[in-house]
Amino acid sequence: MTKRLFLGDEAIAQAAIDAGLSGVYSYPGTPSTEITEYIQSSKIAKENEIRSKWCSNEKTALETALGMSYAGKRTLSCMKHVGLNVAADAFMNIAMSGINGGMIIVTADDPSMHSSQNEQDNRVYGNFAMLPMFEPSNQQEAYDMIYEGYDLSEKLGYPILFRITTRMAHSRAGVQTREPKAQNPIHEEQDAQQKYILLPVNARKRFKILIEKQKEFLDNSENSKYNQYIPLNPLKGTLADSQKSPLQGVGGKSPSVNSGVKLGIVACGIAFNYLQENFPDGFENPVLKISQYPLPKKQLLRLAAECDEILVLEDGYPVVEEQLKGYLGVGLTIHGRLDGTLQRDGELTPDKIRKALGLEVATNYNVPEIVKVRPPALCAGCGHRDVYEALNEVLKEYEGAKVFSDIGCYTLGALPPFRAIDSCIDMGASITMARGAAEAGIFPAVAVIGDSTFTHSGMTGLLDCVNANANVLIIISDNETTGMTGGQESAATGRIHAICQGIGVAPEHLHGIVPLKKNYEEMKKLIREEIEYKGVSVIVPCRECIQTYARKAKSNKQ
Amino acid sequence: MKTDIILAGVGGQGILSIAAVIGEAALEAGLFMKQSEVHGMSQRGGDVQSNLRISDKPVASDLIPLGSADIIISLEPMEALRYLQYLKKDGWVVTNSTPFENIPNYPATEKIMAEYDSLPNKVILNVEQIAKELGAPRSGNVVLLGAASPYLGIGFSELENGLRQIFGRKGEEVVEMNLKALRAGKEVAEK
Repeated sequence: MTKRLFLGDEAIAQAAIDAGLSGVYSYPGTPSTEITEYIQSSKIAKENEIRSKWCSNEKTALETALGMSYAGKRTLSCMKHVGLNVAADAFMNIAMSGINGGMIIVTADDPSMHSSQNEQDNRVYGNFAMLPMFEPSNQQEAYDMIYEGYDLSEKLGYPILFRITTRMAHSRAGVQTREPKAQNPIHEEQDAQQKYILLPVNARKRFKILIEKQKEFLDNSENSKYNQYIPLNPLKGTLADSQKSPLQGVGGKSPSVNSGVKLGIVACGIAFNYLQENFPDGFENPVLKISQYPLPKKQLLRLAAECDEILVLEDGYPVVEEQLKGYLGVGLTIHGRLDGTLQRDGELTPDKIRKALGLEVATNYNVPEIVKVRPPALCAGCGHRDVYEALNEVLKEYEGAKVFSDIGCYTLGALPPFRAIDSCIDMGASITMARGAAEAGIFPAVAVIGDSTFTHSGMTGLLDCVNANANVLIIISDNETTGMTGGQESAATGRIHAICQGIGVAPEHLHGIVPLKKNYEEMKKLIREEIEYKGVSVIVPCRECIQTYARKAKSNKQ
Repeated sequence: MKTDIILAGVGGQGILSIAAVIGEAALEAGLFMKQSEVHGMSQRGGDVQSNLRISDKPVASDLIPLGSADIIISLEPMEALRYLQYLKKDGWVVTNSTPFENIPNYPATEKIMAEYDSLPNKVILNVEQIAKELGAPRSGNVVLLGAASPYLGIGFSELENGLRQIFGRKGEEVVEMNLKALRAGKEVAEK
């Protein structure tokens, strides 16, 4: 098999196809989107009829994946970290039921928030649900872990949470692919009802089984080739003379400065690569590489026995560090993000590790002061621009107006020149926050939400508004795509008016308009009128995303 | 050999196609590589960068450490300066001279150029103009790649082959035009 140049996301997708995948169920979200996109555009996937249509949200995606697994087939569900919050109800309970056909759930976390509203570390979810987890350190490992992970998932009878971060998702490297496997046939399980009907009587049994399974998960982790104890290289000198703690004077936190302390290093996932970068000729401390969870206890005990102190390197939250340290922090000395050896927030980098180890970080040039921040902006010609311009004009007439917005390109309306919005919390929160604020007495309370976000998580909030006859104006700015993630199919396209009517928005307060300069006056009039109406109004400005429009025009030309 | 490259520009300028050509050339030369890039939010007219690392040994980190980039290749003069902390002391900066002004506080061109005075190794060229003169107005990024070609540690013929791979499906005419652009850029660097 040949080596191919793959993004981490693409390596995951190709591995799933090669492992006999039957369906991938996802909602777009940076940095996970390219996994599903790769499968959608794969010729082999098409030939093998692998299902890959985008879902309305991460919860529907994960539940659909469970249905396919129930039938005995291999399935994949991919989401960005905050997407797992949406799918959390399904996730926690799939841990109770277990699965039939192999199931891998990819969570693409985004430390440093390159394209997200928080940097939550979903390894916490893995521990919470008591499920096994993989965290690859490089693209080849990502491929191999997925390829082999399906066998493991089926052997254990549980899904595997597969955690990557932005760098792993969006970095390319050569990957060796393996022999493709056939898909599973439909095969039913015996006693499936006791497993999948989580009535308390069954659920109590399933929880006991899950608790019992932990030993097997741990055993598997301790014997995983992806968890590797790398003892001190004898060529690097004896433990005694080379093991002065390198953590000298870091933030003044290390109590063992200059005391000849032996330091062991735990490196999780991609942190292992960053550590390697700093020691091209071999490590100078005992290192435990962790890429499979639950934490391999045997190897950790060995590290603790051989060293006086442990430095934990992990990208994201101090998840492992907290586990090793314990709440009281008595006993073994653990360094990491909690004691200031490493910055508590933000993405891990080779430089941060270098600094933590007391090695010199040498820059030769400074960034000149004249270099200015260049934030992203709404594209020239984007319909959201016209919506915000008209909205801003009208809202000048109302003191105390608030605009609750949502997740998508239109969040960029927060920046100059628009400064048009007052909030952006999570998928769908525009509509529900507007209702709450209106009921508290804010007037006018306006929600601005995109089409894909509306069908992801806005519809139920709209139903609440209708049932409460809330005094809100909801603007569904429809660009007929999922724009921010690169223009994926939107589940809402062509359906928004019917959905709003079905939910119970009065037809005379449901309007469509094309957001163009020539319609400004009409748009402003509509907005003004519907602000004045005491009840639920919905305006749907609809014009195709100029990015997808340009792409279509180009491909029609070719 | 090992070359650490930072590619910089503004979202939509086409730094990723430069990365793709170098990547193909590196594969052709049997080298190891890692290339990390930015997707999502930063693409919308914001600053974008890509870390590209090629080596005859396996590459560990996806990110280039501070002070160790061999070259910064930028489609925009202010954007190149944003990554100077990553540049080696004797590293090269190869940049397009045309500012992309989409922010209100964009600095004066003279101030930007003054910053380049203190850099020992640089190539500054107007890639749009060169591309236009060649009759290949859309090949500005390939002109820039040509100007960077002497400092990449990859043979020129391998870059040419990489370019053929990337643009091959667009037809022979497009390939030839880009090869011309690549050579024109190289000539500027060698002047």
